[in-house]
Amino acid sequence: MEAIKTENLTKYYGKSRGVLELNLSVEQSEVFGFIGPNGAGKSTTIRTLLGLVSPTKGSAQIFGMDTVKNKEAVLQKVGYLPSEAIFYPGMKVKDILKLSADLRKKNCAAESKSLCERLQLDRNRKVDELSFGNRKKVAIICALQHRPELLILDEPTGGLDPLMQREFFEIIRERSSQGTTVFLSSHILSEVQHNCSRAAIIREGRIIACDSVDTLAKTNAKRVSLRGTVDLTDLTGIRDQVTVDGITSFLFGGDINQLLRQLSDGNILDIHISEPDLEEIFLHYYEKDGDRV
Amino acid sequence: MLLAVCVFLFPEMKGEMDGISDVFASMGSFTAAFGMDRLNFGTLVGFYAIECGNVLGLGGAFYAALCAVGILSKEEKERTAEFLLTHPVSRVKIITEKLIAVLIQITALNLIIYAISVGSMVIIGEEIPWEEINLLHLAYYLLQIELAGICFGISAFLRKGSTGVGLGIAVLMYFMNLVANIAEVAEFLKYITPFGYCEDADIVSNGYLDGTLIAIGLIFGTVGIVAAYWKYTRKDIHSA
Repeated sequence: MEAIKTENLTKYYGKSRGVLELNLSVEQSEVFGFIGPNGAGKSTTIRTLLGLVSPTKGSAQIFGMDTVKNKEAVLQKVGYLPSEAIFYPGMKVKDILKLSADLRKKNCAAESKSLCERLQLDRNRKVDELSFGNRKKVAIICALQHRPELLILDEPTGGLDPLMQREFFEIIRERSSQGTTVFLSSHILSEVQHNCSRAAIIREGRIIACDSVDTLAKTNAKRVSLRGTVDLTDLTGIRDQVTVDGITSFLFGGDINQLLRQLSDGNILDIHISEPDLEEIFLHYYEKDGDRV
Repeated sequence: MLLAVCVFLFPEMKGEMDGISDVFASMGSFTAAFGMDRLNFGTLVGFYAIECGNVLGLGGAFYAALCAVGILSKEEKERTAEFLLTHPVSRVKIITEKLIAVLIQITALNLIIYAISVGSMVIIGEEIPWEEINLLHLAYYLLQIELAGICFGISAFLRKGSTGVGLGIAVLMYFMNLVANIAEVAEFLKYITPFGYCEDADIVSNGYLDGTLIAIGLIFGTVGIVAAYWKYTRKDIHSA
């Protein structure tokens, strides 16, 4: 049974598009990345999974339960971290955490205390006095303290300093190793590349690619950086060519032999050929009008 | 507090009341609009109904409308809905508990007001006209419940500002009653506004409340509450 499964999930807000015929499948215990720019439909997908909005067509299931018909049972198993954490004003951190636990009819005092210590959060402060990053920590603890089977994280690291980001992903890795499924929505590709095993790319409401992160990152294209002089004008398959401080860098998707012949005619002082990172792949997907390369 | 001050003013004014009653009774349309043609300002009941009735009626209506119109919509306006609704709590339960909260607030306010009114009458040493006072307070309580029901329904449809809508409805209802009192052609408005069955002069002179108007009013209130359940259980909660 999949942790998340959507079938032709479609959501329109009046006439404007949210998501279109989305077919997603996330296995239990995997860390799944969900990548796309703002407005692509990431939040709509998440809000449908959480029952905040109802699908116009199609369906979504979490652990085999329909997100509309079994909303409360689904939410009991889910921990959700919103991109922007907003709480009831005037309440202290510990009261918010207690309220969240009470709404789930669970005693999470020990877990909540331990997470506060790990994330260095003062439980006695009022939420209105907290910075954006500290409010995010409160939301993280609300999402984690009841030890959910599925974690849905929407832009989780916004506002967190690098040390806290590292601690956060450390906690996520621990949970994942204990069997928690993680659905990580982000536009920060390195975050997905470093933490997820599989990922889907969403564009204008549709999934345009869904595969393991390694496969997504693997294309015929190579990132080539070189220092020296070489004539690249006749070479086909070159993109993103820039020269900064004598170093020429480009993405090459053509014939490698042709590249090597061309390079051997030049005067190369230094060369570095590497796999492009996910960010470059991502731009690639978006430039090609949705067609996979 | 205002009501107590009004009641405390009564002994002072009692002596001068005969003259004032005549003046009030000859103010034409205004007299009719506020029911002053049929109430005697010189008695405690008449004085209370006119002075306190308007304060209690409009003030209570504002309070009830504001309590109810904000209670569902403010979760979205202040963006706490995302926190609340991503916990395993059914929307039906949330609506029910919020409705109960509104009813408790209104009931508590009315009990306090009732206690202050009766208490202040005891203090000035007048004989308390129990029947009239009870009927007046019951009518205003029902008015507030009806308005709260209507505004609760509206609250489910709103995403942002709700205060203006609540105050607007309360004022509109109040003026509908004034118009119904002045113009005979507009008398049908009494069937729409809850102020219709809170007419102090009718209550004091009849000694009972108008059951038909109250029944219609309670139907309006119930429709509002049903609408709230219908809308809020299927409402899309947006991020911003």
